[in-house]
Amino acid sequence: MTPTVVLPVIIGGLYAAGVYLLLDRSLTRVLLGFLLLGNATNLLLLSSGGAAGSAPILGYGDPEEMSDPLPQALILTAIVITFGIAAFVLALIYRSWRLVRQEVVGVDEEDRRVARRSGMDADEIDPDDLAPEDRPAMHADTLAADDDAERGLARHYSGIASDDVDLPTPRSNP
Amino acid sequence: MISVLTPLPVLLPLLGAAAALLVGGRHPGIQRTLSILVLSAVLAVSVALLLLADADGAHAVSVGGWTVPLGIVLVVDRLSALMLVVAATVALGVLVFAVGQGAADGDEETPISIFHPTFLVLIAGVANAFLAGDLFNLYVGFEILLTASYVLLTLGGSAPRIRAGITYIIVSLLSSLIFLAAIGLVYASTGTVNMAQLAVRLAELPDGTQLLLQSMLLIAFSIKAAVFPLSAWLPDSYPTAPAPVTAVFAGLLTKVGVYAIIRTQTLLFPGGALDQVLMWAALATMVIGILGAVAQTDIRRILSFTLVSHIGYMVFGIALASTAGLAGAIFYVVHHIAIQTTLFLVAGLVERQGGSTSVDRLGGLAKASPLLAVLYFVPAMNLAGIPPFSGFIGKLGLLEAGVADGGSLPIVLVGGGALTSLLTLLAISRVWNRAFWRPPAQSPADDTFRAAAEAAGPQLAPGPMPGPADEQQPASEKQPAGAGTATGNGSGSRAEARRAAWERHTAVATATAPVSDGLDAGDGSRERPLRPLPQVMVASTAAMVVLTVGLTALAGPLYAVAERGAEDLMDRTPYISSVFGGEDVP
Repeated sequence: MTPTVVLPVIIGGLYAAGVYLLLDRSLTRVLLGFLLLGNATNLLLLSSGGAAGSAPILGYGDPEEMSDPLPQALILTAIVITFGIAAFVLALIYRSWRLVRQEVVGVDEEDRRVARRSGMDADEIDPDDLAPEDRPAMHADTLAADDDAERGLARHYSGIASDDVDLPTPRSNP
Repeated sequence: MISVLTPLPVLLPLLGAAAALLVGGRHPGIQRTLSILVLSAVLAVSVALLLLADADGAHAVSVGGWTVPLGIVLVVDRLSALMLVVAATVALGVLVFAVGQGAADGDEETPISIFHPTFLVLIAGVANAFLAGDLFNLYVGFEILLTASYVLLTLGGSAPRIRAGITYIIVSLLSSLIFLAAIGLVYASTGTVNMAQLAVRLAELPDGTQLLLQSMLLIAFSIKAAVFPLSAWLPDSYPTAPAPVTAVFAGLLTKVGVYAIIRTQTLLFPGGALDQVLMWAALATMVIGILGAVAQTDIRRILSFTLVSHIGYMVFGIALASTAGLAGAIFYVVHHIAIQTTLFLVAGLVERQGGSTSVDRLGGLAKASPLLAVLYFVPAMNLAGIPPFSGFIGKLGLLEAGVADGGSLPIVLVGGGALTSLLTLLAISRVWNRAFWRPPAQSPADDTFRAAAEAAGPQLAPGPMPGPADEQQPASEKQPAGAGTATGNGSGSRAEARRAAWERHTAVATATAPVSDGLDAGDGSRERPLRPLPQVMVASTAAMVVLTVGLTALAGPLYAVAERGAEDLMDRTPYISSVFGGEDVP
C-alpha cells in the first residue's frame, strides 16, 4: 500500500484556513478556526501511522497489513479534548455576548492606560484609532458598529461620568 | 513501595475532585475539609517520593501492567519528585488562603462548589505532567491542568474575566495544537512516544528533522512557560482572576512549561542545537519582562511582568546545558514557585486592605497594617535577590554557572541577569514606597474619586461602605445578572452593565478613602475603623512567607538535591534505564 497525497493536501488546506480564521477578532470565527486546526492536527496524527490497512488488534488479517492502532487511540483522546474545550469556548462566547453585546476580543484597558502615559507607542497602531480606511480588512464593520454604540452611550450619559472616563494621570515618579 | 506511591499524586486529587463535586455546595464544610485533606495527602506522598527517589534514583511504573513501550509509564526521578513537593506545598497554602477568603466573604455569591473540585483537577494535571513518561501523557497532563485553569480563570464570569479568559484560552489552545502536531511528527519519524525510547531513537534521525521536532516542542512549551516573545498573553490574563487563582497560576503553571523545556533539552535533544537561540530568548525575557514591570502601576501586573522576567533566569540555566546551570535552574524554579505564589497572595491581602491594587490609589499601608507590610517586604526582597534570601542563592548559582561556561554570550547574559535583578528591586521598591511607605494623604486619586463618587451616586457616598475586596467580588457577580435581565434591547442592557460597573468603580474608590482619612485631620466625618484582615488568610500567607524564608535555611540540602537531579539529567541513563530496567532499549 502506498501513502496518498490527499491527506497532506487536506491537512495543509485545513491548517491554512484555520490559521486565517484564528487571526480574526470575532470569537465565533476564532472558534471555527480552532476546530479546523484541531481536525488538521488529528489528520496529521492519523497520517503519522502510515498507510491505511485492515482493522487492528481483532485479528482479521495479517499483522503486517493492519493499521497502526496507536495514532487512532491518540486521535480519539484529542477529539474528546477538542470537543470539551470547544463547548467551553462556546459558553464563553455566549457569556461575552450576554455581558457586553459583543463577541470580539476585547481591548485591555490597563494596557491602554499604560500606553497613554508615554503617549507615543501602542495606541498609535491600535486598529480602533486608525482611520476606517486604514483598518485591516473585515474589521471595519465590527468596529464601526462598536463606535456607534459608544457614541450612543456617550449621548445618553453625557450628564454623568462613565466608567471608561480617563483615570487621573498618575503622579510622575519622585 | 515507590510503585504504589507514584500514581497517587495524580489519582488522589482526581478522586478527591469527584468526591468534592458529589458533596457539592450543600456541605461546603465537608468539601473544604476534603480538599485540604486530599492535598495534605498529596504533599505527604510527594515528600515520600522525593526521599525515595533521592535515595534510590529514578523509578518507573507501568500503569495497568502493560509492558514498557506499549503502556503508559509514570517516571519519578529527583527533578519530578522535587517539583511535586513544591507544587503540592504551594497548592495547599493557596487552598487554605482560598478557604479563608471564602469564609470571610460568604460563599453564596461565588460558585465555590465548583472551585474546590476544579482546583484539585488542576493539581492532578500538574502532577500528571511532572510524572509523565511519554509525550502524549504529558500532553494529556497539560490539557487537564489547562482545562481546569480555564474554569478557574473565568470563575464568576464577569466581563473582565471573560475578556482575559478568552485571550488566555486561545493562546493556550494554540500551544496545545502545536504540541499535538509535534507529537504526530515525532511518532511519524520514530514510531514511539515513550520518552526513554525517544531519547535513543531521536538521535538516529537526520539533523534537520531533529531540529524541526525540537523547535516545535520548544515553541509549544515556551508559550506555556511565557518565554519572550511568546509571553504577551500572561500579564494580560493573570491579574483579573481571584487572588488565590492568580497565585497558583503564577506559581505553578508557567513552571510546568519550564519543566517540559528541561526534559526536552536534556532527555530528548541533548545535542544543544538550539542553546544559542534559548540564550537570546532568555536575555530578552529577562530584560523586556522587567522593563514591562517598571512601567506598570498595578501591583498584580507588576508581579505578572516580574514573573515573565524571571522565567528568563530559568531558561538561561537550561540553555547553559551544564550541570551547574541546570542545578541553578532547578533551584530557581523551586524558589520562584514559592516566592511568586506568596507575593500574589500578599497582593490579594493588599487589595482587601487598601481596596485597590493600583499603587496610584494605595498609600499608608505600612501604618495601617504593619503585619501586611512585613508580609510584603520579606518575599519582595527575596524576589529581588537581596543576599540572605534564597533568591540571591539561586541567582548567584546561575550567574556563577554562566561565568564558568566561559563563552561571550553567557557573560552577556550574566550582565543581563544582574541588571534584571536591579530593575526588579526598583519595581518592587516602587510598590513599597508608594503603597506602603508614603503618607496616605498624598494619594492623588483620593479627592477625584470621592468627588466622582458623590456626583455619580449620592446613595453610595455616605454611610458605611462594605469592605473593599469582598464587595468587589459580589458586585461583579451582580453586574451580569443586571445585564442579562434588564431588557432585550442591546444598548439598554449594555448601559445597565456600564452603570453597574461604574457603581462598582465608585464603591472601590470610596472604599479606599478611609485609609487616607487616617491622617486627614480636617475631615473627621469619614473616619471609620479599618476592617481587620481575615485571620485564616493572613495566617496562610504568613505560612507561605515563612516557607520562602525556610527555603533559605534549607538551601544547602535543597541545592544538593538540585545538583544530583541535574547530574541525572545530564547523564540521561538513570531515566532511560529506570524505564527499561537496564535492558537494551528496543
